Amino acid sequence: MTQSVVVQVGQCGNQIGCRFWDLVLREHAAVNKKGIYDEALSSFFRNVDTRNGGDGADIHKGKIFSLKARALLIDMEEGVVNEILQGPLRDVFDSKQLITDVSGSGNNWAVGHKLYGYQYREHIVEKLRSTAEHCDCLQCFFVIHSMGGGTGSGLGTFVLNVLEDEFPEVYRFVTSVYPSGEDDVITSPYNSVLAMKELNEHADCVLPIENESLFSIVSKIHQMTNSGKLGSTVKQNSLLTSSAGSIKTEQEKPFDAMNNIVANLLLNLTSSARFEGSLNMDLNEISMNLVPFPRLHYLVSSLTPLYTLADVNVPSRRLDQMFSDAFSKDHQLIQADPKHSLYLACALLVRGNVQVSDLRRNIERLKPSLHFVSWNQEGWKTGLCSVPPVGHSHSLLALANNTCVKPTFTELKDRFMKLYKKKAHLHHYLHVDGMEQSCFSEAISSLSDLIEEYNQLDATKSAPRTYPSRLKIAM
Amino acid sequence: MSIVTVQLGQCGNQIGYEVFNAICNDFHSTHGLCSKKENESYQEACKERFFSEEKTGVPVARAVLVDMEPKVISQTLSMAARSGHWKYDHQSHFCQKQGSGNNWANGYSVHGPRYRDVIMNLVQKEAEKCDRLSGFFTVMSMAGGTGSGMGAFVTQCLRDVFPTSFILNQVIWPYGTGEVIVQNYNSVLTLSHLYQSSDALLVHENDAIHKICAQLMNIKKISFRDVNQVIAHQLGSVFQPTYSSEGASQYSRSPLGDLMESLVPHPEFKMLGLRNIPQMSENSLAYSTFTWPGLIKHLRQMLIANAKMEEGINWQVRPPLPGHPVPPKASPNKALHFNTSIANLVVLRGKDVQSVDVGGFRDPALYTSWLNPQEAFNVWKTPRAFNKYEKSASLVSNSQFLLKLMDNIVGKAWNMFASKAYVHQYTKFGIEEEDFLDCFTTLEQVIASYASL
Repeated sequence: MTQSVVVQVGQCGNQIGCRFWDLVLREHAAVNKKGIYDEALSSFFRNVDTRNGGDGADIHKGKIFSLKARALLIDMEEGVVNEILQGPLRDVFDSKQLITDVSGSGNNWAVGHKLYGYQYREHIVEKLRSTAEHCDCLQCFFVIHSMGGGTGSGLGTFVLNVLEDEFPEVYRFVTSVYPSGEDDVITSPYNSVLAMKELNEHADCVLPIENESLFSIVSKIHQMTNSGKLGSTVKQNSLLTSSAGSIKTEQEKPFDAMNNIVANLLLNLTSSARFEGSLNMDLNEISMNLVPFPRLHYLVSSLTPLYTLADVNVPSRRLDQMFSDAFSKDHQLIQADPKHSLYLACALLVRGNVQVSDLRRNIERLKPSLHFVSWNQEGWKTGLCSVPPVGHSHSLLALANNTCVKPTFTELKDRFMKLYKKKAHLHHYLHVDGMEQSCFSEAISSLSDLIEEYNQLDATKSAPRTYPSRLKIAM
Repeated sequence: MSIVTVQLGQCGNQIGYEVFNAICNDFHSTHGLCSKKENESYQEACKERFFSEEKTGVPVARAVLVDMEPKVISQTLSMAARSGHWKYDHQSHFCQKQGSGNNWANGYSVHGPRYRDVIMNLVQKEAEKCDRLSGFFTVMSMAGGTGSGMGAFVTQCLRDVFPTSFILNQVIWPYGTGEVIVQNYNSVLTLSHLYQSSDALLVHENDAIHKICAQLMNIKKISFRDVNQVIAHQLGSVFQPTYSSEGASQYSRSPLGDLMESLVPHPEFKMLGLRNIPQMSENSLAYSTFTWPGLIKHLRQMLIANAKMEEGINWQVRPPLPGHPVPPKASPNKALHFNTSIANLVVLRGKDVQSVDVGGFRDPALYTSWLNPQEAFNVWKTPRAFNKYEKSASLVSNSQFLLKLMDNIVGKAWNMFASKAYVHQYTKFGIEEEDFLDCFTTLEQVIASYASL
């Protein structure tokens, strides 16, 4: 069994991270009734005997004493991290896993990346090494951050570089929250584009998230649970947005519902690596199957169902509805419509009581309405994990490498150019040691190249299909 | 003589378990429909072939379990132990932590060499437990990374270390519409490499078995377990003890040797297909009766028309008449394409097996001209019924059964290769574009050979 380490950077990264740790504990508590520290738990947690105070030795088998998250919390201001350490999850983290500072990055990528990056590099490497040493077989780093600010964006991508330098064999999966058009941080386009270059070059897979999508999903769920349309009651703990049953008992904060969705994404992504199933799908397989060319590693994700009704017997039709929903644009975690764009590859990770025939039936059913690139007409990767998420009898995570990410990137580029043409706010960045105009031009160039790659693929969509001729053998 | 099974990867281990389970259930079956003496003889032969004795009396499967991640092996070992009727040797397995990531190159070039010694040690130990070793039976899928890549490497090692033993590779052909996106690459790489070291490849297709589950077994919600149990039944129907020649008084001691001798006269032609009838759900069994002539007739037509199961057989297809030119293979009406055989083996089990007329399979029109039809066809029999089927007939065929499948998979892989998609994932672990090209060349050669029959 392998281990993964979560590196949460900046306010957004830490808030999402916090929801992740809460929900992962809830998930394991539901499955692991005997309180034994098992392989599944070891994926994200160490078992530590803290009875005699201090940081005891790791215990590899037997009863659970004290679980410590395999995490690194980084923020250049203290507010969010302090709150986590005073909250109900305080026992899951220890002070050695934090890197904080006081003044924040002022929504400035250069401050996060160049200034704090340089300042804290040693520190970061040391803490990463120590978490890695506690791992028997470290497979993946999950970086969680936002793109629009200064710390998550700048320092987060700096950490990504460090991960590649220090741990080149370990996968780097990045969950990035992209800013919306109406973002209140004026310089978010600069921060995002500068961060994009780093993601292009140093991440293995990126899962882009947009707040607008999370918000619509939250609204939808809210509407359904409050409208009385459903007839029977909805199971509270099944809501994709819910913290019910987790450690957190106080009033939910405004972003909690949205962040729970992202936390659920990570839970589902790693479920097959942690739990058993008839067709396992590990993280290295996700990277292998969904990344046909090194730079095209942006995966659009969707999660279904959003909630479960309280009645237990779910007829087959509802199961099929789950598959249909996964391809609808209302369920994607970014503003994108994969159905009308081109698929390079698609992965379906199913959890719970679903068998291969259900999977096949739905693939056959949905395939005709989807456009796949000519060299990957049957490009499906599937996984079946037996353990469903809390509150559900089954669930589906769809990951698509699809050209529908292009609009997100082109809009980002446009917003960037709007500011850059007027050189607005540039001086804030160029002030920072190590930051030059060329950083900007290289970043926008990198983004343009990426967009162009997607354009070329889109062009093949309408082109007539030609099959390359096969090798001829002399008999 | 004994067979040592090597189970590779998730698929290999899941199927391997079902095979031993099916064999063990058949062993204990009270529906043998034969004399007590016959039954004892059968059980004796079965035990020697597949199990070794342990002090506790519980038979221990002659198997080595290999996987690059621990979950499946751990499940497999415990399921077997729980059955109470048989188990695996808990020392006889090897696993790692990270898996091969569906990457053939990772399985073949990294994991294979790294763990070669440990794995071959385990195999050696199992081989030494056998009084006489008939050969090796490997179970693996082609679509993933461990079964396929590491399986190819292990097969090579088996060939190096045991040059005189027979090696039969049971390969699982993936569903046409993806389980794994790079399955076509992995399959092409596996097939071409196995062709160098294996004696024969016995193929099961997920799509075909799935249909059998849906239409013949009437299973509504088909799981991989259901698919694997059908495969296990089919394998058991071939490899359980039989008399391999007329008038033999003892059960055959050398199943793999007999198989190779009957079916693989030429090293260019190693692809074997398997058909077994009748196949139905246990509930229906009680209400069905079959006659041998009926079964033989269906099986023969399944061979001629390349049907995957006993429903939906195309009865229009006929072998070419003697003296008439063979109709062009690329005929517009593809449905009438006749499946030419090199060699066939029919295995019959159950009631009144002595009286069965298999003359229809000796028709020279079914075969290419190289072998004397008397040599091209063999039949193995036993009066002892298998797995509750009063009569059971299996066909192992070296014919054009797999031609279309191979052509399809090479076509799809080539199409993807032309765009170079995913190739960087393989070069990362040392499989270069030239290696791919070599594999494509090998397989195009095999396809051309089979097509020219």
